[in-house]
Amino acid sequence: MKFISSLLLIALLSYVLGMFLPWWTIAIAAFVVCWLIPQRGFVSFLTGFLAIFLLWGIMSFMISAANHDILAHRVSELILKKDNPTMLILLTGLLGGLVAGFAALSGSFAHKKLKKR
Amino acid sequence: MRFFLMTLFAAITVALIVILNSTSVLPAPLGKLMSPQHGVWQNADPFDMDYNATLSFTQLKDKASVYLDERLVPHIFAQNDEDAFFIQGYLHAKFRLWQMEFQARAASGRLSEIVGEQAISYDRDKRRLGMVYAAENSLKELEKDPAVHAAYDSYTAGVNTYIASLTDRSMPLEYKIMGYKPEKWNNLKSALFLKFMSLDLAGFENDFEMTNAKSIFSKDQFEKLFPIAMDSLDPIIPKGTSFDPPAAELKIPVTADSLYFNYKSTNHITEQKPDKDNGSNNWAVSGTKTQSGYPILCNDPHLGLNLPSLWYEIQIHTPEYNAYGVSFPGAPCVIIGFNDSIAFGFTNAMRDVRDYYEVKFKDESRKEYWFDSAWHPTTFRIEKIAVKGQPDYLDTVAYTHIGPVMYDKSYTGNRNTGNKNYAVRWKAHDPSNDGKAFYMLDRAKNYEDYLEAIKNLHTPGQNCVFSSKAGDIAIWAQGEFPAKWRRQGDFIMEGNNSDYFWQYQIPQAENPHQVNPERGFVSSANQLPTDTTYPYYLGGNYPPYRGFEINRRLRAMQQITPDDMMKLQTDNYNIFGEIAAPELVSRIHEATLDPTERKYFQMLKDWDYINAPNSTGCTVFVNVWDEFEKGVFSDEFDASGVKLPWPHESTLIDIIKRKDSSFKFFDDITTPETETLEDIVLRSFKKTVPTLVDLEKNNKLEWAKFKDTKVLHLARLDALSSLHLDNGGGEHVINATKAQHGPSWRMVVQMSPETEAYGVYPGGQSGNPGSRYYDNFVSHWTKGEYYRLWVMKQEDAAGSMVKYKMEFSPSAK
Repeated sequence: MKFISSLLLIALLSYVLGMFLPWWTIAIAAFVVCWLIPQRGFVSFLTGFLAIFLLWGIMSFMISAANHDILAHRVSELILKKDNPTMLILLTGLLGGLVAGFAALSGSFAHKKLKKR
Repeated sequence: MRFFLMTLFAAITVALIVILNSTSVLPAPLGKLMSPQHGVWQNADPFDMDYNATLSFTQLKDKASVYLDERLVPHIFAQNDEDAFFIQGYLHAKFRLWQMEFQARAASGRLSEIVGEQAISYDRDKRRLGMVYAAENSLKELEKDPAVHAAYDSYTAGVNTYIASLTDRSMPLEYKIMGYKPEKWNNLKSALFLKFMSLDLAGFENDFEMTNAKSIFSKDQFEKLFPIAMDSLDPIIPKGTSFDPPAAELKIPVTADSLYFNYKSTNHITEQKPDKDNGSNNWAVSGTKTQSGYPILCNDPHLGLNLPSLWYEIQIHTPEYNAYGVSFPGAPCVIIGFNDSIAFGFTNAMRDVRDYYEVKFKDESRKEYWFDSAWHPTTFRIEKIAVKGQPDYLDTVAYTHIGPVMYDKSYTGNRNTGNKNYAVRWKAHDPSNDGKAFYMLDRAKNYEDYLEAIKNLHTPGQNCVFSSKAGDIAIWAQGEFPAKWRRQGDFIMEGNNSDYFWQYQIPQAENPHQVNPERGFVSSANQLPTDTTYPYYLGGNYPPYRGFEINRRLRAMQQITPDDMMKLQTDNYNIFGEIAAPELVSRIHEATLDPTERKYFQMLKDWDYINAPNSTGCTVFVNVWDEFEKGVFSDEFDASGVKLPWPHESTLIDIIKRKDSSFKFFDDITTPETETLEDIVLRSFKKTVPTLVDLEKNNKLEWAKFKDTKVLHLARLDALSSLHLDNGGGEHVINATKAQHGPSWRMVVQMSPETEAYGVYPGGQSGNPGSRYYDNFVSHWTKGEYYRLWVMKQEDAAGSMVKYKMEFSPSAK
């Protein structure tokens, strides 16, 4: 339950912050949520990772679908040297997920540190 | 421990962010680029994007509307000039901002700023040629003309209004990928863009290579290699036309024989050059030759094929005029097109208006130069070239009254300039208000208006074709051209005194022209404008074949329809092949060939001289001919050890057809034997066969596959280009589509009471690679198909042709 609610909270907070602030605010969202809602280290990483992997993955998937993958074809060729829109969408999720995962992990350790005090 | 772990993971997070937000480790800031809310995904325009908009700006004087049709062509309906140009600027920026800025940067030698040190040499070349100096001179002239000045001001305001509305997220894709941001637009950038076109169209010259050639070859052999007339010439103004004597006698310098024609000096400068085949076709047929009885005007300018396209289609309607055609993103007005009374188009005049003079400095400081037996002070222009990731590069260019000293000790690069200094005299430096030509043409009503308009065109010189609803057709080889004596400026000239200077400009009225000729058509395809009876020297860099073929076809045609004209523009017949292929075939004896060779020989023999996409004969011919040319010239040229100009194909074939026995180049000087023409043809053919076998193995023997036409993104990113197009045509062919060069806009306009016009360009209206409108015209263009150009009327506003509407209105200051 904690896992699901944290995940949704990170995704929601990231989405809202992302409307006004730079992309890396996903790290702030993941850090803050995992700091407030304590989970075990690895689980918190997974929470952060999945939250943004899904958020970015789903968003880019929807944008690309509406665009009939025109941009994804070109940009995947440019960045991955391979014409593969799906891989570009997965890469998008992976990049965001990694940043958020590590932010979530450090957030969870911050919590435990404070509680101890 | 926990504190340590927290710090460790926080550090990893921060490090990841830094890596993904910059180019310090990865080649691109991947996090920023891939974030769906910030990066490139934001440029993925929905397939069914809604372009409807209601906009209000303080700069507007009145209400105006832009109607976009299904091809996203804007039809601007404005109440006055200023509003129309403001909106044109706004739309150019909305759809083509990155391209506009990139081209203005390239023109002014500012690419290093965004791509780094690899562009320094490109930038220096533009700076030292004085591109900005030229644009400044032209801007001063433009600002003297209140109407044109207002047009440019409004245009600039429109561009800047759009730029101001951009955010990091809505920035065009290329800015995100290349990591920079747009600057404010200004009139100078528009002027720079026009100078960029001058460089492309009137920047070609090979004075240095010609100077080398002159010192390597005897006068007789030189004249054979680089003649100033071609046998298959059918000039723009037909042979036999009589011309007045020159406006003033041209004084050939007394030292010309000793110092100029016979002066032996070689150099090792290789210049950065525009494509030598920048050219075009245009023609107009009078009503006497058409089915409808109305004139038809056609134009297809051949330029580099790029995405986003050089052209942006547009209709501009005000109470004063109604122009339709293609515009240059970066400048106001319709450039090639028509209005309710007339139509106009251009091909390049190909005249040599860029010459070099050798200058002597007093000392290393370059502060004084020798002229007319005295030392004169130079002025310096310090060019500051910003370089991405590096300190600025400073380049001090000396200016004499001839022009900037483009090559000197400080500009060596990889080039061996010796200790000599060369000042460049380029017509594009002279003040002129060329943009006014288009401003006036858009609203011209008749021949007289057209003539007044094109008088503003100084550089680049253009063959301006014209037709009107009144039934007139005309062509003018227009520009401000220096009156030259024979071979003046073909070689580097002496700059110590004014003996070798251009003496005067050819009076405008003496520019070659033709109005309503008997034969019922006018045409140009970059061939010589006249035969050698024209009283001024024209130089020798003119391709004769397309013009010859166009005239041959037009002479034979009657009852012409717009459809016939489209077929002619996309015709793949290779007249050069018709002339040259039999000369090769007849010199190869089948009995001497092995079976493989025989197979390709058969293809060459069977070729129908059509550069069709699937033709194998064409590929065989082109490869054998190239090898043959190398076989004829490479031995002597390589032995010279200096860079020489390659003779034109017409030169070699003319010599063969004339059976010129005094031509010395057929012998291969690297062998003890004396080879004949026949030997070289056979040897070249045999030498080409392995290449052909290879091509066939790789499925590249068909002409389109061998040629491999592409429309290349301006930053040369293949991923954003249209590649491997199935195009026929090529050099010497009316459909002059080469690998990355060709008909950049095809237009056919019938001057019926209701204008009937067709057009297509290899691109799309949107410059955004993430838009369906980015390259949606390319397949049409490749197939040789056209769009019917829709000249919208105000009453069509509610009709089904209008897909989107942008409402513009003035807002309170």
